Amino acid sequence: MKDFNHKHLIGIKDLSAEDINLVFETADNFKEVINRPIKKVPTLRDTTIANIFFENSTRTRVSFELAEKRLSADVVNFSSSSSSVSKGETLIDTVKNILSMKVDMVVMRHPSPGACVFLSKHIDANIINAGDGTHEHPTQALLDAFSIREKLGDVKGKKIAIVGDITHSRVAISNIYCLKKLGAKVKLCGPPTLIPKHIESLGVEVDYNLDNVVKWADVVNMLRIQMERQDIAYFPSLREYSMQYGLTQERVERSGKELIIMHPGPINRGVEITSEVADSKNAIILNQVENGVAIRMAVLYLLAGDK
Amino acid sequence: MEKRLILNHKEIEIILKRLAMELIENHNDFSNSAIIGLQPRGVFPARMLVEYVKEFTKNPHILYGELDHTFYRDDFRRGNEQLVAHPIRIDFDIEGKNIILVDDVVYTGRSVRSAMDALTSYGRPAKIELLALLDRRFNRETPIMSDYCGKVIDTRGMGQKVLVDWNPKKLNVWLLNTHEEE
Repeated sequence: MKDFNHKHLIGIKDLSAEDINLVFETADNFKEVINRPIKKVPTLRDTTIANIFFENSTRTRVSFELAEKRLSADVVNFSSSSSSVSKGETLIDTVKNILSMKVDMVVMRHPSPGACVFLSKHIDANIINAGDGTHEHPTQALLDAFSIREKLGDVKGKKIAIVGDITHSRVAISNIYCLKKLGAKVKLCGPPTLIPKHIESLGVEVDYNLDNVVKWADVVNMLRIQMERQDIAYFPSLREYSMQYGLTQERVERSGKELIIMHPGPINRGVEITSEVADSKNAIILNQVENGVAIRMAVLYLLAGDK
Repeated sequence: MEKRLILNHKEIEIILKRLAMELIENHNDFSNSAIIGLQPRGVFPARMLVEYVKEFTKNPHILYGELDHTFYRDDFRRGNEQLVAHPIRIDFDIEGKNIILVDDVVYTGRSVRSAMDALTSYGRPAKIELLALLDRRFNRETPIMSDYCGKVIDTRGMGQKVLVDWNPKKLNVWLLNTHEEE
């Protein structure tokens, strides 16, 4: 019998390739569920889940909420702006208070890297990391790899380029872990100031020329410039960034092949990707969003089901 | 662990042929009926049954699907093992159809109960029937009975297991004594 054997999902770093494949196989089944006329199964009807978001989110939050509701869980939502956090309550106190209302699982997004690990040492519930600062965003990486697998049949041996603000991107780090564990080749591209030193130690290559990278890759994952996390100017201007590292239709055509284009959202149209490319048939950006619900259902199911 | 053969390959084939005949007796030309195998182990007898029904009725268009009930089970988080789901393949509308659910062993009846829940989320069948290759009749925990039954086996609940080896080269039914109680 396959076993997931994790109490929390903090990062992809803690998962094995078998774990990731089990999530994918389970997500295949949930994808069938969410495409039925009755998009709901009763599996988590005895479970209460709190979505605690200390940072803004559209996709991840809606996606988690839908995943929870389609598994029949009871859901409470909480965001920092409308809560007692602004009155000075600590993270542990906030979460402990929520848990004392008999909540079984916590989905948390937090601006500080390591917030989920910290919380997991102090509380009893299952914790799912929905993004902690610049650390990890595991469900995003899972749904990205799941979308590649769906489109190309397998992730192993595929060439995947991650382009943009690698330093501040939790999506990039989680994606690197996930893709490497599944046997993909990963190349990073972006301005040297936005690619961390020694990132090669994770088994990835770095190339600062987008045209070369696009020619090499089967899949290009474009990342947003995380202005909210940048305290200094890492590049001269958005216009210059866009000219050097923006994915345009011209660049895609110059590669001369069927490139698959991904973006974790939110898109800054005209900066890292043009509208023409983002809305083209090669872009699987909306498939990623659809798969997000199935992946999150699978993660919730596997974590809740593990003893 | 003690192992005793209950049915061999030949006997299983004879039984499934008889059950196929019984199905034809009640469902005529199968124009409004469908056979659905229960994942993971009920799909093996179900696939064999469909072939026999096709052979006997000379009708190659028998509706056949495979249903998984994992997400509807009542023992989620109560056992020690992770419950892993299996693919569902139902590419026809079950609304108004006579559905024959097929499983290899009916034991407590709990999986049949969850399978009925799973089935009705695809629509409202006119009728649901249950076909079981083996029926452990004294171990039921739900008011569920098979409509078609290959063989009834009287077993103790704990300490005994009925195992069907669906490897096409072997295809045997075994009764295992696991000695847990002794």
